Amino acid sequence: MSNSDTIVALATAPGRSAIAVLRLSGPSTKAILDTLCGNVPEARRASLRRLRNSAGELLDQAVVLYFSSPASFTGEDAAEFHLHGGQAVVSAVLRAILDTGLGRLAEPGEFSRRAFLNGRLDLTAAEGIADLIDAETEAQRQQAMRQLEGSLSETVESWRDRLITAMALTEASLDFSDEGDVPDGLIDEGIAISSAVHTEIVNVLNDGRTGERLRTGFSVAIVGPPNAGKSTLLNRIAGREVAIVSPFAGTTRDAIEVRCDIDGFPVVFVDTAGLRDTEDEIEREGVKRARQRAEAADLILQLHAPDNQSSQISGSETIWPIDVELIAVRTKADISLFPCTVGDANTHADFVISAVTGQGIDDLLLAIKRRISKRTIQAPLITRERHRRALIDTVAHLERISETSSRAINPEFIAEDMRLSLRALGQITGRVGVEHILDKLFSGFCIGK
Amino acid sequence: MISDKSRYDVIVIGGGHAGTEAAAAAARFGAAVALITHNASTIGAMSCNPAIGGLGKGHLVREIDALDGIMARAADLGGIQFRLLNKRKGPAVRGPRAQADRKLYAKAVQEAIFGIENLDVIEGEATDLIVEQGRVTGVILGDGRELTAGSVVLTTGTFLRGLIHIGDKQIRAGRMGEKPADHLSATLERHGLTLGRLKTGTPARLNGKTIDWTVLEMQPGDDDPEPFSLLTKNLPNAQIACGITRTTSETHAIIRSNIHRSPLYGGVIESRGPRYCPSIEDKVVRFADRDSHQVFLEPEGLDDDTVYPNGISTSLPEDVQTAFIRSMPGLENVEIVRPGYAIEYDFVDPRHLTSSLETRAIKGLYLAGQINGTTGYEEAAAQGLIAGLNAARAAAGNEGISPDRADAYIGVMIDDLITHGVSEPYRMFTSRSEYRLSLRVDNADDRLTGKGIEWGCVGAVRTDIHQERQKTLTEWRDRLMEWTLTPQEAGRYGISLNRDGQRRSAFQLLSYPEINAETLISVWPDIANMPKWLRSRLETDAAYAVYLDRQVSDIDTYRRDEMLKLPADIDFTMMPGLSGELRHKLSTVRPATLGQAARIEGITPAALAILAGYASGRRRSQNEANAVDQRVPA
Repeated sequence: MSNSDTIVALATAPGRSAIAVLRLSGPSTKAILDTLCGNVPEARRASLRRLRNSAGELLDQAVVLYFSSPASFTGEDAAEFHLHGGQAVVSAVLRAILDTGLGRLAEPGEFSRRAFLNGRLDLTAAEGIADLIDAETEAQRQQAMRQLEGSLSETVESWRDRLITAMALTEASLDFSDEGDVPDGLIDEGIAISSAVHTEIVNVLNDGRTGERLRTGFSVAIVGPPNAGKSTLLNRIAGREVAIVSPFAGTTRDAIEVRCDIDGFPVVFVDTAGLRDTEDEIEREGVKRARQRAEAADLILQLHAPDNQSSQISGSETIWPIDVELIAVRTKADISLFPCTVGDANTHADFVISAVTGQGIDDLLLAIKRRISKRTIQAPLITRERHRRALIDTVAHLERISETSSRAINPEFIAEDMRLSLRALGQITGRVGVEHILDKLFSGFCIGK
Repeated sequence: MISDKSRYDVIVIGGGHAGTEAAAAAARFGAAVALITHNASTIGAMSCNPAIGGLGKGHLVREIDALDGIMARAADLGGIQFRLLNKRKGPAVRGPRAQADRKLYAKAVQEAIFGIENLDVIEGEATDLIVEQGRVTGVILGDGRELTAGSVVLTTGTFLRGLIHIGDKQIRAGRMGEKPADHLSATLERHGLTLGRLKTGTPARLNGKTIDWTVLEMQPGDDDPEPFSLLTKNLPNAQIACGITRTTSETHAIIRSNIHRSPLYGGVIESRGPRYCPSIEDKVVRFADRDSHQVFLEPEGLDDDTVYPNGISTSLPEDVQTAFIRSMPGLENVEIVRPGYAIEYDFVDPRHLTSSLETRAIKGLYLAGQINGTTGYEEAAAQGLIAGLNAARAAAGNEGISPDRADAYIGVMIDDLITHGVSEPYRMFTSRSEYRLSLRVDNADDRLTGKGIEWGCVGAVRTDIHQERQKTLTEWRDRLMEWTLTPQEAGRYGISLNRDGQRRSAFQLLSYPEINAETLISVWPDIANMPKWLRSRLETDAAYAVYLDRQVSDIDTYRRDEMLKLPADIDFTMMPGLSGELRHKLSTVRPATLGQAARIEGITPAALAILAGYASGRRRSQNEANAVDQRVPA
């Protein structure tokens, strides 16, 4: 993929809409505009143009925007066609552009990538935009927006700024100890600042990876004995047939995933093989995997079908690790011979549902959403593994500062670990050069004999 | 040796700290050298404070010594008060400093220069350079004489269009009482070098006989003064003490009420001065909450009554200077020998230089010292040595050399200058070195002398001493690594260790804060024979071992990126995928390596990925691009 190509793509959702926007970026932008509009509109000004193909046929009357390099989103010459939003119009204009031979369809994310390559976005912003493009749900969008607008940058920026101060204090006592204006004890002040930052970063790192979860979706495993109604429930939630549902036990051998949007939260439901002892080797493997998937999930829905012989739970009890979040669900309320209500000591069920009639389903979904949103009350800061790694690095160096300072040895080691912690943090915010330290230092102390 | 020859391998213009080191280094390489100066008697002059070394600067002096330069030996011969700064802090941040007798120091430098056989000192003004087809071929003197040379080193100090300010008085001069160099600026500009203006200042000089020393706190030198140079056996001079006084609220009031008469605040001087060496008017205005500043009263010589009041450089009018100086304790009746002043001068944007300090615009022309935007004798001398050596090497057809950031503070300084340029006079600090724990004053010879021998700037005497020292160092280090004992055995000698059954080497034991070489003599009596310098050297290496190991891997990474050379003729202005701003920066700096490019302010990982495509010395470009991408994000 060369950057010398001119790329085009539909920027709005496909399908019928009032307006559809086609985006164009690359060196042939002007030539393409010239071919379709008859001229190149003034830069950064909305202009009404009749669009024609090479045969001279009128395709649409559209608002056309031209952005001249480097003052565009991608940093290249770029344009937008605001078309009347019909499939036919969009196709016709797209075809006309491609027919010029000057452009090609863009790869996914290629506009952002170009913007990034041309230095129009920093890494954090680029990742934010990439997430924005990928955002399938409202919550993901909000997080992507937060990152783009810098809630991550702001927090990290504050750590960086304070660590620069800490380092300036330490360096002042190393590089300017012969100055009258530099008092003793600056290193201790520096250590106090860095250990406060240390604590804050550790707290943010202990966020249960909510940020990454919001990006990839929370996983909810549906488990239970064979024929407990797991696949039926999944189909009900998904609103379509995704798993093979049959009345015979052991139908679902591999985990089946369905991504859903529950009130803005991305949730991945995993339908697992029925948990039971079996002689079938393939099914046994399926059961083993189901267990692993379930243990790794954020939430487990433990399903029980009523045993129509008694109100007791059928099948063997599944034992889960103590820290697993679990909702017990009793299924098939429609065919249960024994009426059963939530809280009934015999059923151990948090919910009683029927995937066939829809009884209790909404309540169950609401409960799932509550469980998830409880974990996201604090806006998560870390949404990227790269950020997490950088912070873990930073913490490693800050940790050593407290060790070193407690042993009251060489102050140059403290300075070294501060420098390394800033370097690690700089992987998120950009490099911290010695000039940043000196700026802070010279503005705080009257240095110079 | 003064002659009227007119052909030289290397011509050095300027006889200050940069010029003398440049001339001496070129001569050590074997070049026929001419040193042009207005006045041979000003060679080795200390224009500002009478001191050599200090924090960061002491490193440079030791490194100059390791490359067989003259500054360290001259400072030992001229020194009248030696102090090791940061003694109570760690070895990596210590800085040797010496107060020098101005006359003795200059005498030592002059004797060194005049004693070099293949070096002629020529008195005169170098008014212009002869440049043919983009290469310098000689120098034109004020009297019309033309000297030809293979290379030229320009060390103009504050002389390039120098302009002195005292109050509203302006004097065209390079130093007080000396003519400026006005012609060279135009020549440099004509050949495409970008010039800027910088400012520096110096305080008034006082008559020591009129100071009431009895009321002052005195600061003595160290009891066991340590020389700068490895070659110095004894320090010849008596040690003196300096006085300490303070500015008072009256001092500040006088300065405040006359601030409008300062050219700095009247808007007459617009060029940037160093933030770490502010004038007293700057201190009073910028740090208005401080009611007093320390002032060190430093005698300028053993038989000289002149005193340098360190901390009150100024460009206020003479009457104001007299008034505020006399408002300080001990100085009530002081007589002012010479007023302080500010001086503005031209410098060349050092981003126009290569790492060998040659200008890219004029081949064969090397720049060193304040002309490159630095301040300080030590910074100037260190650049002079590298520029002079490279000028001689080039004249003899050898390639350019330079220590890198992991070799020396000199390498840090040169890389900073050519990569970042300057916005204020550049001074060395230990915090500028990311490998500070590795680059210490106690291992300068270990780091550099071997390289210097290879580069051709180290004489026979030092070569012998160096090889002997390296042998001793290696032997002892190996021995300390080989000698081991168990915690149980250690216990028998009263050394308590964690009883984990692990054998530890003598070297490892030295890393414990409570164990030193002396402690280990009871275990291994041979250690008593270890030379003193080596004891502290190995103690430091052991104590730093954990950090040094990590720096070794950092340095490997750094040097890997320095191996990725960017072609010299690369056209950054046409490079696709870069922002206009980055193209401009890259065209100005013209990084020689991918590593240097990565250090340019504001470079993006994406830009580095693109540049990696142009770098040679790589195996697979995509891997390199990815590697750079991950290491240096935004």
